[in-house]
Amino acid sequence: MNFDFSDDQKFLKNEARKFLEANCPTSRVRKVLDDDAKAYDAELWAAVAGQGWLGAAIPEQHGGLGLGHIELCAIAEELGRVVAPIPFASTVYFLAEALMLAGSDAQKAALLPKIAAGEVIGCVATSEGPGLLSAAAVHASVSGGKLSGVKLPVTDGDIATHALVLAKENGQPGLFLVEMSSGVTREPLQTLDPTRDAAKLTFSGASAERLGAAGEGLALLEQVTDRAAVLLAFEQCGGADRCLEMAKAYALERYAFGRLIGSYQAIKHKLADIYVKNELARSNAYYGAWALNTNAPELPIAASAARIAASEAFWFGAKENIQTHGGIGFTWEVDAHLYYRRSRQLSLVAGAPRVWKERLVSHLERRNAA
Amino acid sequence: MDFNDSPEEAAYRAEVRAWLEANAPKTRTAGAADELEGGGDSMAASKAWQARKASAGYAQITWPKEWGGQGGTPIQQVIFNAEEAKYPVPPNPFQIGLGMCVPTVMAFADAETKTRFVGPALRGEEIWCQLFSEPSGGSDVAAARTKAVRADDGSGDWIISGQKVWTTGAQFSNFGIVIVRTDPEAPKHKGMTMFWVDMSDPGIEVRPIHQMSGGSGFNEVFFTDVRVKDSQRLGAVNDGWKVSLVTLMNERLAVGGPSGAGWSQFLEAARGITGFDGAPVIKDQAVREKLADWYVQTKGLEHTRNRTMTALSRGQTPGPESSIGKVVAAVQMQELGNAAVEMLDQYGIINDPALAPLKGGFHASLMGAPGLRIAGGTDEILKNIIAERVLGLPGDIRVDKDVAFKDLPTGR
Repeated sequence: MNFDFSDDQKFLKNEARKFLEANCPTSRVRKVLDDDAKAYDAELWAAVAGQGWLGAAIPEQHGGLGLGHIELCAIAEELGRVVAPIPFASTVYFLAEALMLAGSDAQKAALLPKIAAGEVIGCVATSEGPGLLSAAAVHASVSGGKLSGVKLPVTDGDIATHALVLAKENGQPGLFLVEMSSGVTREPLQTLDPTRDAAKLTFSGASAERLGAAGEGLALLEQVTDRAAVLLAFEQCGGADRCLEMAKAYALERYAFGRLIGSYQAIKHKLADIYVKNELARSNAYYGAWALNTNAPELPIAASAARIAASEAFWFGAKENIQTHGGIGFTWEVDAHLYYRRSRQLSLVAGAPRVWKERLVSHLERRNAA
Repeated sequence: MDFNDSPEEAAYRAEVRAWLEANAPKTRTAGAADELEGGGDSMAASKAWQARKASAGYAQITWPKEWGGQGGTPIQQVIFNAEEAKYPVPPNPFQIGLGMCVPTVMAFADAETKTRFVGPALRGEEIWCQLFSEPSGGSDVAAARTKAVRADDGSGDWIISGQKVWTTGAQFSNFGIVIVRTDPEAPKHKGMTMFWVDMSDPGIEVRPIHQMSGGSGFNEVFFTDVRVKDSQRLGAVNDGWKVSLVTLMNERLAVGGPSGAGWSQFLEAARGITGFDGAPVIKDQAVREKLADWYVQTKGLEHTRNRTMTALSRGQTPGPESSIGKVVAAVQMQELGNAAVEMLDQYGIINDPALAPLKGGFHASLMGAPGLRIAGGTDEILKNIIAERVLGLPGDIRVDKDVAFKDLPTGR
């Protein structure tokens, strides 16, 4: 049994933690939070590229480190811990994964090295309005290689160089790669988590290249999203662990009624509940990492479980961390709300938990049929 | 990250598989574990299987060879347990004795006593029970009121009187270890002593407890002027609390899987029951979300066990994550059992195995779960343990710590 990070992976993870503690304190995150004109931390983005993390799972032939997805999971967890204000998920978990999964040799050769170098920023444009994603909800369309339509919200849409866009071609949903230098207008959106930029994108004749076979856009998107879900789950685990640490630290310094609040069972049990959810999330995330790294047939189920558990853990930890802090936790100055905001952003960006629960049960029904 | 054995583990697993294939029963000799409550055929089968394991060194793999073990590693025991579970072996009534009582005897008794007891316990010839809980203290073991006083005849013997409760297996145990009050003038933790006792003593009376679920797996044990020799003492006089910590430390590594009705049984049942608009209940979105939650919890626990095994496999002490199992599983058992019963609507009140789904298995979960949420540490105690030992939060303020035991308020 070898169901944990290896020593080498732990070393990498520890180095990533040290690097991010030095380069991404919450004071840096707040610069993006407090400045509407600042969509992300470009300096941190360049530094992260310099560490090689953007290409951790990209093969060496395409300019990456060629490590593997377990290593990328380790990095993702550390980015989640510090609520890094960079377009890492959009670029690495979605764009790079989609290219590695369904890109042509030419697309891979052109874009993967630039992703690894931090020269390309990705975004995923699927949603067009409130409610669940489905073929019927897609109105954007591609004709003659030109895309038209409106997408919102698109995380990192303001700063992306390339977009993955769900659009119909001949009435069938497809997933398209769009280079965004022309044919698209961008309007920033006000969102729950200003440390992660989002925009409304209006495409009018932007050049679009289909990824994968015609009419299989939703299936491909699901495959890409399964892979991203595992990586997002690690970010969520990192955030959830940080929430528990913050709550614990406060419970060990704050006195009420002549006692440390951490000595009250109401607080102890609350923190124990966070711990339990975090461990369940971590164990599910590890299984997702194994499935992702080995391309196991169980990946859709493993990714769903990882995503559901991690979304639940981060939400619970984020809200109960604020509760543990009491009044001070509701202030702008205390970092608790950064995690509360990010927990919502990460839970919604690749489909809300109820979507994943439905997806999980559908898979289980099929697997347990007969 | 993988689920593979190391070469050494693979070799050990192969050896265990070969031995089990040659020695383990292929058909179940007797019924379910519940049958142990009445003894009978099932007990004979259990004893025979235990003797066979002991003869090959598989009864307690991590014990030293001189005591009948293999001097093996915890991961080897885990491998054996996993392989053994693939066979219809009889229930194991020896675990409390071998996992907790006998290690305490081995740690604190003299050589003669150890030689007398270890072998017969290992071979399943003698069964041990652990007499800790009392009516006055379940979670609070140090509230024990059962007392031992020196006999006034100068023999050095002790006379034990009082009552223990929730004693698993007392009805078929030959021996037990008992924690008793020996100095009521001292604070509670400092006035207790541990002894081993012979359960056939005429002053010991075992009465089964009739559980709310209908079964009787536990007992009350009454001590009426039970005379024990000072040589039956384990550890120093008034040092019983420290001895009990050794007993509890030896609790078996909880790496076993779940039992009873789980998410897959629920899924199957939900397919066959009519819900809204004539569609099966499984199409009900509220039911699907709950099912997803149970699946995720169940897999979370399964993979948490895999993390624990990984630590063992790497020769490390398992991390604190192994502490979350029961608190999650017991609550889920209750919620899942109840949701299954509610999905039957009016029919849900019927728990007759002939009429209810899963032969009444969901109803059994519903009625058994309250016990599981209490046994072996209540939900509340387990959360305290996580908060204090894992997270390092302060212990509760103790009003009883420095007060003479006799002066503590007792209520009823």
